[in-house]
Amino acid sequence: MNRVDEAFAAARSERRGLLIGYLPAGFPSYDGCVEALRAMVDGGVDLVEVGFPYSDPVIDGPTIQRAAERSLAGGTRTRDVLRTVEAVATLVPTVVMTYWNPIERYGVEAFARDLAAAGGSGLITPDLIPDEAEEWTAASDAHGLDRIFLVSPSSTDERIAMTAQACSGFIYATSVMGVTGSRDRTSARAPELVTRVRAASEIPVGVGLGVSNGEQAAEVASYADGVIVGSAFVRRLLDADAGMGAGGSGTAAVAELSRDLAAGVRRGGVHSTTAGTSAGR
Amino acid sequence: MTPTTTGPDARGHFGRFGGRFMPEALIAPLDELERHWQEAMSEDAFTAELDRMLREYAGTPSLLYDATHLSELAGARMLLKREDLNHTGAHKVRNVLGQALLTKRMGKPRVIAETGAGQHGVAAATACAYLGLDCVVYMGEVDIERQALNVARMRLLGAEVIPVKSGSRTLKDAINEALRDWVTNVEDTHYMLGTAAGAHPFPAMVRDFTRGIGDEARAQCLQLTGALPDAAVACVGGGSNAIGLFTAFVPDESVRLYGFEAGGDGFETGRHAATISQGDVGVLHGARSYLLQDEDGQVIESHSISAGLDYPGVGPEHAWLAETGRATYRPITDAQAMDALALLSRSEGIIPAIESAHAVAGAMDVARELGDAATVLICLSGRGDKDMDTAARWFDMYGTGSDSGEEQ
Repeated sequence: MNRVDEAFAAARSERRGLLIGYLPAGFPSYDGCVEALRAMVDGGVDLVEVGFPYSDPVIDGPTIQRAAERSLAGGTRTRDVLRTVEAVATLVPTVVMTYWNPIERYGVEAFARDLAAAGGSGLITPDLIPDEAEEWTAASDAHGLDRIFLVSPSSTDERIAMTAQACSGFIYATSVMGVTGSRDRTSARAPELVTRVRAASEIPVGVGLGVSNGEQAAEVASYADGVIVGSAFVRRLLDADAGMGAGGSGTAAVAELSRDLAAGVRRGGVHSTTAGTSAGR
Repeated sequence: MTPTTTGPDARGHFGRFGGRFMPEALIAPLDELERHWQEAMSEDAFTAELDRMLREYAGTPSLLYDATHLSELAGARMLLKREDLNHTGAHKVRNVLGQALLTKRMGKPRVIAETGAGQHGVAAATACAYLGLDCVVYMGEVDIERQALNVARMRLLGAEVIPVKSGSRTLKDAINEALRDWVTNVEDTHYMLGTAAGAHPFPAMVRDFTRGIGDEARAQCLQLTGALPDAAVACVGGGSNAIGLFTAFVPDESVRLYGFEAGGDGFETGRHAATISQGDVGVLHGARSYLLQDEDGQVIESHSISAGLDYPGVGPEHAWLAETGRATYRPITDAQAMDALALLSRSEGIIPAIESAHAVAGAMDVARELGDAATVLICLSGRGDKDMDTAARWFDMYGTGSDSGEEQ
């Protein structure tokens, strides 16, 4: 059992949702990102997603786009993404969320090797579907890394089954048809999607896109195994930057949000692997 | 409509290129699009209506013009496929009419499109006005400033133009923003991609909607000269006019295929859009192809005086034709293209789009290489009206100075 499996198993035994937190590497700076990720973990995040900032982030909304642009303008390189993983993977299991081109450019096998060496647990690949993932499947198997693909409300049952089969660690369910970013309400389509995944597979399901506070985290944790939060964390750092310009306050805001979310996944986490019926309350 | 003979395979791959590097959310919509497209193309009612629209509305088949004056200067027989005479002034009307009719067939009321200089945006807005579809065009903020006239055209045609403020605020970012809209609104929206790039089935579908260029030219050339051309030449940005020309000739081994990319200020400056000549294999906007990228796989901004060629990627079938050696791709600099634009204007009285001027410039080189017995077929993909401001500045033609050269 690898670290991601262990983390989900531990959360499950505590009858709570697993909290997954995202930040792009190099945002607001290399050190600032590592500091914020540590604060996130202190606040209760169980698993970290390090975003690989990319020039053409087609599935990201304005908040993460801005952060990625800032990171790249600051000179973030592939090795900085790996260094970020190295800095936080000692604390909690850490995966990289990345568009595919930077990985092809680095070399799929080479990246798998170096990610594993940095202590990383796997990759979330928003624009790589299992149909195109032959090379990554071989490289991830060779280096013991998790493959986390996405499913969406538009996915057919056949594709959900195929994708779940191709995943390890967990499967990433995008709760809405749309891009990343905080939303006022959680999606009514998410519980249905989770139910459809559960009908096909026993793999843990993480739900992302739109969760921004403890209340929403509790709601998602009532039917999913993992609650993924990205834009809301990025927002805290952007706001702190725009308001006071002091890095410390952004980190404090990240820690505070993390605590709120961590309390939420504990309030809401009443599901078992056969859950899904509490959906849409 | 002739069925395709050049691929792709069932999963949209041209050799190692193409495919679908897309969010899972868009895979079912892409499957739906592929199914509708395949069904439509096998239905007489659909193809007959598209043929009628192309003939009565778009003005095709376009003429094949025996450019005798240009031929004298080139030292070979130069034939121009006059796509510049089509409605909206370019080959792009073929693609947008096909996709707009398909959108109607899918029962979707809304179309989104990306545009760089505004040419595809204008074409999309035109087709949507014609077929009664809502049209939203994403256009980089930088391009909106550079192409005010085309923005007005799109608005006059009833389209909504949305400025894109992210990234480099140019074409590639307009595509990113259109994809974000599509993933959000896909249930009632068709993404009318403007070139033979993107995720499967777009490269094959756009090719099949534009392949009339080559199908017509091949027959016209046989009728006019009694033989196939020795070379077929087109400019390549994303590559829709080039693949539209090449497809009919791919099985004709005697016909050399040349694609001319935007060399911009020249390789040594790093400011160019010569994706195949200078780029590396990578993944952008849904397909594996060549692209301009840095060491870390971040996409680099391209540069060309021609907005229609100013794109850091290229359609995957071109990547495959280049890798297999079936087609040859070379760069033409801004200066070479503008010289060719002036040359065609003065020798034939035809002002080409700057994009198409890249093909003319390249064809002059090809003519020299092949000699005076050769016939060179050039896709004159668009007219130059939209480029008059750029040309006037390039040649310093504004102002009140006397043309005799004397100062007033």
